[in-house]
Amino acid sequence: MSKKLLLKNDHIPNINQLAVYRQHGGYAVLENTLKNSNPENVLEEVKKSGLRGRGGAGFPTGLKWSFLARPEGVSRYLVCNADESEPGTFKDRYLMERIPHLLIEGMILSSFALGAKTSYIYIRGEYFYVARILEVAIAEAYAAGLLGKNIMGSGFDHDCYVQVGAGAYICGEETALLESLEGKRGNPRIKPPFPAVAGLYGCPTVVNNVETIAAVVPILELGGDEYAKIGIGKSTGTKLISASGHINKPGVYEIELGLPVEEFIYSEQYCGGIRGGRKLKAVVAGGSSVPILPTELILKTANGEPRLMSYESLGDGGFASGTMLGSGGFIVMDEDTSIVKNLYTFARFYHHESCGQCSPCREGTGWMEKIIHKILDGHGTMQDIDLLWDIQSKIEGKTICPLGEAAAWPVAAAIRHFRSEFESYVQNPENIKDIKHYYRLQN
Amino acid sequence: MTTSEQIVFSKESLEVVQKMMLRYPEGKHKSALIPVLHIAQAEFGGWLSAPVMDYVASVLKIQPIEVYEVASFYSMFNLKPVGKCLIEVCRTSSCWLCGAEDIIDHIENKLNIKVGETTADGMFTLKAVECLGSCGTAPMMQVGADYHENLTLSKVDALLEKFKSEDKQSRYC
Ligand SMILES: Cc1cc2nc3c(=O)[nH]c(=O)nc-3n(C[C@H](O)[C@H](O)[C@H](O)COP(=O)(O)O)c2cc1C
Ligand code: SF4
Repeated sequence: MSKKLLLKNDHIPNINQLAVYRQHGGYAVLENTLKNSNPENVLEEVKKSGLRGRGGAGFPTGLKWSFLARPEGVSRYLVCNADESEPGTFKDRYLMERIPHLLIEGMILSSFALGAKTSYIYIRGEYFYVARILEVAIAEAYAAGLLGKNIMGSGFDHDCYVQVGAGAYICGEETALLESLEGKRGNPRIKPPFPAVAGLYGCPTVVNNVETIAAVVPILELGGDEYAKIGIGKSTGTKLISASGHINKPGVYEIELGLPVEEFIYSEQYCGGIRGGRKLKAVVAGGSSVPILPTELILKTANGEPRLMSYESLGDGGFASGTMLGSGGFIVMDEDTSIVKNLYTFARFYHHESCGQCSPCREGTGWMEKIIHKILDGHGTMQDIDLLWDIQSKIEGKTICPLGEAAAWPVAAAIRHFRSEFESYVQNPENIKDIKHYYRLQN
Repeated sequence: MTTSEQIVFSKESLEVVQKMMLRYPEGKHKSALIPVLHIAQAEFGGWLSAPVMDYVASVLKIQPIEVYEVASFYSMFNLKPVGKCLIEVCRTSSCWLCGAEDIIDHIENKLNIKVGETTADGMFTLKAVECLGSCGTAPMMQVGADYHENLTLSKVDALLEKFKSEDKQSRYC
């Protein structure tokens, strides 16, 4: 199941440069589309491809595009979400750094389909050097007539700009991103109205993830029907997976959706197994927000079917025994890992990143961090575990944006699957003593 | 930079700012605020004092409060002075799994400061930060604009030596 569409050329030296990108077929899809196709056809191909948003939620991209309002005389915008701040996720950075023109070609094609004359790539501020790479690539594209007025003689005009953020996970949430792009605090907006109706500057706007927009290039190259044959069921195409933690070969891998999880973890082609030949304890399969699963449930579903890397298979069993593909941030933990301590790093993260608009999220994330800290400090009680469960259950569905849920789910899953570890820390604080240095840096 | 009269962007920065404002539709130049604050922070000593924020407001023709509320929201804007060399060590999940706490302990001992503090000579500030998108090359730290990945204790030692002789303060220009 090895199929590369986005990263097929990532090993080519200097593929970040326009000339090299073009030597390897870059911008041929754009040229062909502008000459021989029209916006309606592009939308149709994207719909047929079955592409689902790669930013985390997995919403069908073609459908999202078809919701875009098109009132006469009002500008429409495409905004690329390159905020990539979900712990465990680093695929967009890799793609932009290695093959910036793939994203830019995707931006122009998507904008053509949407009728957007202007697009912005909103990139997290810490990725400053990546923003520079994109800016250089965009300047090359302007100089070659691939951006600006009358692109390739087609009559289509388009401007694309890079906008840097300044350190705020919440700006990955699409309405917070739009607020930030307007020069404001990253406070998510109450929906409706959705960005497709009133987005950037109150105009109809589509927000898509970097990988989603880049995937438009191979979709138009292959045709939507051919793309849909790749993958499995409703999980069509390929997905970039950011693999990290206690594996032999961390990195970004492009997989065909439907690859068995076991093969992904143990095959030499991908993660290459667990470091030091240790045993697997748990995996967070789709970025920090998705439920953690213990070995037996990540390798096989509750029904004993092999677990596959797809939206459906990872979700099999709901939250009782399943998880989500999410952003594809795949964090692997070996047998010595403290699940409670790892959870603490997540709880601290969400508390730090809550924008503070909604009480359940603002207060709940703080309490969860404090209680887990108390348990790790050796002062926890059995009631604290129940209190933790109670708090997380009171956040879901009661907030403006999904960050509240993203903070609650990891806590719920850790207690659901690893309650005995919490209990052992409460009953026998001796067990906590050595977790900090369980993984010693060599040297 | 003692009085606000002296707070003025260099000619080059001002040109960059003017050009930046053209990226947005007419009347929407407030969108340039975050990028301009990065430039200001780099140019005026690595942090945003109230007079610097007032100056940015005047350049963008917006109210000072609009600048304060934004500057205080984003973690990359420093509202207090920081050392010449700002060291930010990632501490979230994957980095923690791969030894970030050892890296932090080591730097604390080496520089004789705690997380959040600045060395007496004003050279180094140490911060622990949330996921920087470098999970596959953990542990890591960001210094200025640069990512330093796959850290080991000896790699950290060599980097600290190197930073002593560099000015790492400017981030975004
Ligand atoms: C708290 C939070 C953080 C998010 N962070 C990101 C992010 O960093 N990158 C991203 O593409 N989507 C992120 N999303 C999802 C976006 O809101 C949005 O659904 C996505 O950009 C849509 O693009 P897609 O359909 O192409 O996936 C986040 C959502 C939430 C609630
Ligand atoms: S859920 Fe949290 S992050 Fe989202 S709007 Fe409410 S307070 Fe802000």
